[in-house]
Amino acid sequence: MTDLMVQCIDVHKRFRALEVLRGAGLDVQRGEVVVLIGASGSGKTTLLRCINHLEVLDGGRIYVDGDLVGYRERNGQLKEDSEREIARKRAAIGMVFQRFNLFPHLSALGNVIEAPMRVRKLPRKHAEEAGRALLARVGLDDKVDEHPARLSGGQQQRVAIARALAMEPKLMLFDEPTSALDPELVGEVLDVMKSLARDGMTMIVVTHEMAFAREVADRVAFMDEGVVLEEGTPQAVFDHPQRERTKAFLSKILWGASFGPDSHTSSRTPSRRAS
Amino acid sequence: MGAFLAVLFDWGTVGDFLFHPIILRGLRETLYIAAASMALGVVLGVALGVMRVSQNPFVSGFAGFYVWFWRATPVVLQLLIVFFGLKELIDSDVFNDEWTRWRAAVITFGLNEAAYMAEIVRSGIRSVDTNQKDAAKSLGMTNIQAMRRVILPQAVRTMVPPTGNEFVAMLKNTSVAFAIGIVELTNAAQLQSAANHRVLELYMVAAFWYLVVVTVFSLLQAELERWLSRGEREQPETLVSRALALTGSGRGA
Repeated sequence: MTDLMVQCIDVHKRFRALEVLRGAGLDVQRGEVVVLIGASGSGKTTLLRCINHLEVLDGGRIYVDGDLVGYRERNGQLKEDSEREIARKRAAIGMVFQRFNLFPHLSALGNVIEAPMRVRKLPRKHAEEAGRALLARVGLDDKVDEHPARLSGGQQQRVAIARALAMEPKLMLFDEPTSALDPELVGEVLDVMKSLARDGMTMIVVTHEMAFAREVADRVAFMDEGVVLEEGTPQAVFDHPQRERTKAFLSKILWGASFGPDSHTSSRTPSRRAS
Repeated sequence: MGAFLAVLFDWGTVGDFLFHPIILRGLRETLYIAAASMALGVVLGVALGVMRVSQNPFVSGFAGFYVWFWRATPVVLQLLIVFFGLKELIDSDVFNDEWTRWRAAVITFGLNEAAYMAEIVRSGIRSVDTNQKDAAKSLGMTNIQAMRRVILPQAVRTMVPPTGNEFVAMLKNTSVAFAIGIVELTNAAQLQSAANHRVLELYMVAAFWYLVVVTVFSLLQAELERWLSRGEREQPETLVSRALALTGSGRGA
């Protein structure tokens, strides 16, 4: 048996009449980097949000590190976990958002040490030590005391990554981490993610950065209409896509990436829930 | 007309009574009642405001009922009900007790204020981006931790200006306490004017003190708002910050 970090089985999710996930399945090995691609509305972000139970499932199961996420199983019946139990499981899963979602009332260091102090109950001194080291790791040792409003988008996103890492997660989820950034700031965030991947972090990344996927991903999964339609190594998916939908999507995206006037803005503002 | 007023309106009386013990005692009473009631109102109001946005229908329903009740009845009536209610509950011998009156006033104004504060807190919470809650939850925080450490600190910034309004209104509304015989600022001026028939002068004295208190309070509120926006690109200027900039900018300019 292989060492599975994430196992999504037949995941269903609908927002009122809109059925966003229609039986999505995805396995991620420990230490693996999986890039989720697909058009806006294909369910990538929703699947990601289901993995740390920011969304309640309408069907299916998700296991992270062998634990059922968000639910308990009793005699074959699923029952939603207590709030405390859900929070405990989430604490081990880091998430980075498209819009950074830093806490604006706290400094960069304050953002990084908040959860370690409140959730992991670390003493302030230890949390600050670790926080400074993490901010140095993402290249922001000189911005420790700045508030988010005084940081560039790229810097904010790097603080957000440090904030997630401060909980020492076993899995990192990235939800279009560079889509809200100006093009010249994308590189600094991708570099941090690459170094994380090199260090063996298990990562699921929703992105439209195909060059990043090709370079860093162990596997690429293409989502379409709420299911994972095709997956494989970047070479297999990008160079020899099997499905017509994958081919159509890739030709649009790759054309945009190499020749398009605004390849980054094309995915700048998809609706958060449905993308 | 001017001469007529000058004869009738005696500035000397205003001066005599500006720092008269009766007036100052009334002012102190006003300040104590307003501050104590506001403190009670803010604490209860935050609790009720948080309850109001709860997903539990009983919790939010209770808070909604509370707001409905206290906003829909006149504060004088509430004051009388609480006062005579206290009188019933406690020994009726303490009917003339200052302490009973005082408690009745603070309880009424505080509970009344809580209803208005609950609405301010609720809209403050609503003003915080829902993504902030996602971020807090993704870090393993419980709802209460997210509320306390992430949502409320940000909501406070939108809550301060309307809360300042509430305090100013509260300060003036304490004059209603005359209904249960508390001698606060307005009532003190009124009683004194009945004694020496200098009605207009005494009311001007009271007005002067209200203006002083509200002015000082507004300056403090401006400082608080500036301090709360310390993480922003632009901080609002206040009288104090401008004065500091003027004295400090000698080097720069």
